[in-house]
Amino acid sequence: MIVGKQKPFEEIWNMVKDFKKVLVYGCNTCVAICHAGGGKEAEIIASMIRIKAAEEGVPMEVKHAGIERHCEPEYFEPLMEEVKTYDLVLSTACGVGVNFLSERIGNIPVYPGINTEFFGAVPQAGVFTELCAGCGNCILHLTGGICPIARCSKSLMNGPCGGTNKGKCEISQEVDCGWYLIVERMKQLGTVDKLYAIQQPRNWSTARDGGPRRVVLAHIQDLEEEEAKKES
Amino acid sequence: MKSGSNLERVIASGKPAVTAELGPPMSADPQEVIHKAKLLKGYCDAANITDCQTAVVRISSIAAAVLALREGLEPVMQMTCRDRNRIAMQADLLGAAALGLRNCLCIAGDHQSFSAAGKLKGHPGAKNVYDVDSIQLVGILKKMRDEGLQEGGDKLEVAPKFFIGAAFTPGGEPMDYRPYRLKKKVDAGADFIQTQGIYDVEMFKSQMEKVRNLGIHEKTAILGGIIVPKSAMMLRYMDSSVAGVSVPKPLIDRMMKAKNDAGTDKKKAKEAQEEEGIKIAVELIQQVLEIPGVKGVHVQAIEWESAMPVILKAAGLYPRPTFPDA
Ligand code: SF4
Ligand code: SF4
Repeated sequence: MIVGKQKPFEEIWNMVKDFKKVLVYGCNTCVAICHAGGGKEAEIIASMIRIKAAEEGVPMEVKHAGIERHCEPEYFEPLMEEVKTYDLVLSTACGVGVNFLSERIGNIPVYPGINTEFFGAVPQAGVFTELCAGCGNCILHLTGGICPIARCSKSLMNGPCGGTNKGKCEISQEVDCGWYLIVERMKQLGTVDKLYAIQQPRNWSTARDGGPRRVVLAHIQDLEEEEAKKES
Repeated sequence: MKSGSNLERVIASGKPAVTAELGPPMSADPQEVIHKAKLLKGYCDAANITDCQTAVVRISSIAAAVLALREGLEPVMQMTCRDRNRIAMQADLLGAAALGLRNCLCIAGDHQSFSAAGKLKGHPGAKNVYDVDSIQLVGILKKMRDEGLQEGGDKLEVAPKFFIGAAFTPGGEPMDYRPYRLKKKVDAGADFIQTQGIYDVEMFKSQMEKVRNLGIHEKTAILGGIIVPKSAMMLRYMDSSVAGVSVPKPLIDRMMKAKNDAGTDKKKAKEAQEEEGIKIAVELIQQVLEIPGVKGVHVQAIEWESAMPVILKAAGLYPRPTFPDA
């Protein structure tokens, strides 16, 4: 899932304070799981803004709403007419949701209510960890299912650097050394010999380095076209 | 000869090689580099010029290496993977070779958040590059030198002739994997290896046995790392905080004793510890050079270059070999 974190309220207030009619718009999938921007959090942020506005004597109408997903039009289209009656949408969806809604909403600004962090998992309640960096060319079969790109602070491809210390990364005692985990995992799997081979320089063009990425599925597009023809 | 560097010649001669370390300053003034180069000249076969060590901005390794070279000290330019992508790396390598540099050590480099272990502001907000890692960088240098090709495959009219180095942390975790990782560096093309500072000679011996069993010592020249200890405090810090370094208690006790015996006079205590530190360094050099497969030492007298002459003389490593046609 995509993990997000609420922005400091001061920052949010500075974004919204000059608007008169604000919708705090939550997304009930990933960012709801990480307690950052679901409908419930949108409701709380909306009331915090209302309280602050009252304190500051700023006249402002603040409402909240939440939908299942901000990254597919079918979820937000039904509410679009109403959303367009506000003069600011403070979206607590991830950055994808903010971008996507922004492109479709017309003359109304959409501002981010949260900081989008990473793709992660929930090892325990209230803890979220980054496990994949979306590099576009997965090599987890070579590294015991543990990602050196996302989980080594230097994205090293050929084993641990000299900084690994008691299983932790040189950047912090709080961060596991990804390569320590990889080597230990591969020992457990009996495949550590895979780590004896040199990994050549990567082609990073499949990652964000290659520019904005698109995945196009021609067969799905064709299917959609056929459906459309049938209907007409 | 792959590069014709002085370091390569000494290693080829079969005599134990000695490299030293020169850290460039946080300043645009060349004098500090020139001063350190004068101190080290004649007391090592080549000196590593660190590349923004501890992730702090300093005179670049290449520029400082050229300053040292002008003083007659052969440099080993260091190149970290932290700050440049492969385009900038190869451009710098061509430039370095054009300026007369002949040795290059490839390392990952401290993460940009290190900021001299938090003692300086540094640039923790810098983007980390790590387009390639140190092993891949070794391979790039080798491909440039031996095939006259850039990493991307384009031809180089004149290939840069570097003697290629890499680092080895024998005490780094996971320890059983370290010799295999070293083998990768050597298979990729590392002509020489400098190790992390060794205080625990027994640990290094046992790692070297594994290294020999893999036949690595025959394909590369391994130089054991010696960090000259200055005080009991420094040894304790190295033991507790520096990754891959452990300091046996007897060594710390020796330093403590030197300190305590000197009494309450701070200056005397400092001098006594420095004297003991030099003795320890000399002993470590001798012990490390006795280990089969070790071809030399990398002696780091950090911000204490003036200690090098005493250490080398006491270790029987002075004068350094010279080559008439060089
Ligand atoms: S290799 Fe790439 S796709 Fe696979 S887990 Fe790592 S970053 Fe994600
Ligand atoms: S300590 Fe481990 S995780 Fe951290 S940079 Fe080094 S190899 Fe990567």
